[in-house]
Amino acid sequence: MKYTLSVLVENQPGVLSKISGLFSRRGFNIDSLAVGVTENPAISRITIVVEGDEQIVEQVEKQVNKLIASIKVKNLTTSGDYVGCLLMLVKVACNTKQRLEVMKIAEQMHARIVDVTNNSLTLQYADTLENIEIMISLLRPYGIKELVRTGTVALERGSSTALK
Amino acid sequence: MISGAEMMVKCLQEEKVTITFGYPGAVICPFYDYLIKTEIAHVLVRSEQNGAHEASGFARASGKAGVCIATSGPGATNLITGLATAYMDSIPIVAITGQVNSELLGRDVFQEADITGACESFTKHSYLVKNVEDIPRVFKEAFHIATTGRPGPVLIDVPFDTQLAQAKEFIYPEKAEIIGYKPRTKGHSMQIKKAAKLLESAKRPVICCGGGVVSAGARDEIIAFAKKTGIPVVTTMMGLGVIPMDNDHYFGMIGSHGKSYANRMMNLADVIVLCGARVGDRTIPSPNSIKASIIHIDIDPAEIGKNIAAQIPIVGDIKSILQEFTETIKPCSCDEWLTKMQTDRNATPLRGEPRTDFVEPRVFMRDLSDMMEDDAILTADVGQNQIWAANHFNTKDGRFLTSGGMGTMGYALPSAIGAKLAKPKRQVVAVCGDGSFQMSMCELAVVNQTGIALKLIVMRNKYLGMVKELQDKMYQGRYVATPLDGDPDIVKVVQAYGIKAAFAQNNQEANRLAKEMLESKEAYVLVCDVDPDTPSI
Repeated sequence: MKYTLSVLVENQPGVLSKISGLFSRRGFNIDSLAVGVTENPAISRITIVVEGDEQIVEQVEKQVNKLIASIKVKNLTTSGDYVGCLLMLVKVACNTKQRLEVMKIAEQMHARIVDVTNNSLTLQYADTLENIEIMISLLRPYGIKELVRTGTVALERGSSTALK
Repeated sequence: MISGAEMMVKCLQEEKVTITFGYPGAVICPFYDYLIKTEIAHVLVRSEQNGAHEASGFARASGKAGVCIATSGPGATNLITGLATAYMDSIPIVAITGQVNSELLGRDVFQEADITGACESFTKHSYLVKNVEDIPRVFKEAFHIATTGRPGPVLIDVPFDTQLAQAKEFIYPEKAEIIGYKPRTKGHSMQIKKAAKLLESAKRPVICCGGGVVSAGARDEIIAFAKKTGIPVVTTMMGLGVIPMDNDHYFGMIGSHGKSYANRMMNLADVIVLCGARVGDRTIPSPNSIKASIIHIDIDPAEIGKNIAAQIPIVGDIKSILQEFTETIKPCSCDEWLTKMQTDRNATPLRGEPRTDFVEPRVFMRDLSDMMEDDAILTADVGQNQIWAANHFNTKDGRFLTSGGMGTMGYALPSAIGAKLAKPKRQVVAVCGDGSFQMSMCELAVVNQTGIALKLIVMRNKYLGMVKELQDKMYQGRYVATPLDGDPDIVKVVQAYGIKAAFAQNNQEANRLAKEMLESKEAYVLVCDVDPDTPSI
């Protein structure tokens, strides 16, 4: 099963390497990882999606918690409902004849067109993992020239926060 | 204005550091130049790994953080094994390393090593201090982290230019404020009540103590708990000595090299109280064979459920938890079980008979403990000598120090040096083999230089005995790379360092010389001739 963990860490050099090093050292598998500064510039949030059984994920949480630079670890999957999404940029092969079709897909899926040439179209798309997969399958027939995506970022639903 | 180097030394003074173990080099010289102007003693180790072990022995005997120092590059990388050893056994150490100029970092300059990166998995925390103003805060935090919660080594890497840079003033923080580090100390009262209830109805309960009980200083508490409840006690190797071994509730060390009846108790038990024990594979090789309900007390929440499932976890400081536990619990109804196990234990013959052709090491360990003072500190190395000492040396009110988790050969001599410097009035005896002796024999120079009355016993069997035993059992006796051919005459080597040494050919001689060794006011090394076919157990 996949679990989404939200980790608040001190925004210091080397923290990401401490977290990722911990995962490889203890044999935990990371599905995706996203990191960025929070509303407080001294704190960063790392969202980690990890694959494993309940016992493994409990160990992951405890070991991450042990790192001095980690402030709070929250398992969003087990602690309640959350909203999550990820961002994708995809360069689709399409000539001028196909352009309208691809633009139609983009419109339907609420993707933004960020770059156009005579034989390609680059879309920016932010949504859940499931919709990202659907988008990729819709674009695949035209030929995907290049694709990049971030890891999932997530916040729990409701007014409560990870720290309170 | 005050330099970074001077601030580093002032931090050590603020932390009431009395002694440091180190080896200098170019980029740590500014720090040394100030260190020498203070009352803080410095022990010139002969290799940095031993410096970390000496700091470890000092920490374990004194209860304070041990401090070791190295220069950048090879000095720092030499520390790693020592830090890893301390990390595995949760020993508080603050390691200070010099680093190349910060603007040269990452350019592979002379004696540059990314030591904070390399030590990431072997330290509780590490710092690379690029800003001189950070020094007081970093040192305050480092000592706090090393000594609180589950103790462990902390590394502070200070570039040369940070040591030379000037700060406006030196203000040492009163408290370490680390937002993500708040070790839990008090155990959950409800959990303790639940555990007490479970234990009171248990028919075959066992208390299993690990190194956590020792580092929590909960010796009196565990004895009181066992006494009130009437529950028998076993220990892991790291827990050895936490309860006097002649205590009637004590049943020895468990594990693959432990006592058979102690292991049998673990397998027969219906409730086990694991105290500060992480259930390593040498302690409980197959956790699935344990049928008992587990009450797991540990200060590190990550230990709970890591190697064995716990029915009742209690996270917090073992000392305070045991106090509350003892107050809460009623005496248990396990007399029948205790008596049965005591009969079992007392009927088990002690192994080994005194010999006239060799020194029988197990017999000698028992004889030695009778000769030693009650509060003596024994350090054991790694290998057969460790198992002989663990199972046959009778620790009373003293300490048994060894590298339990990492199994680092060469630990006994340097850790004994550290322990002796921490407790100069106590008897300190190190036990090692001829293999492990050669891994740290350079530290005899430290013994000579400091003039400490350290005692060392070398069990010489001309083999790497533990591996030889393995080759006997698993590899049809093919002794690959285990005979120690080419070894020096250890007595002569020791004498060359200006230290008294003697050689014992049999048990009678060993006992006579051990008496002479213990009575001697000086350092003394006793080499015992041991039959290479003597088994570990």
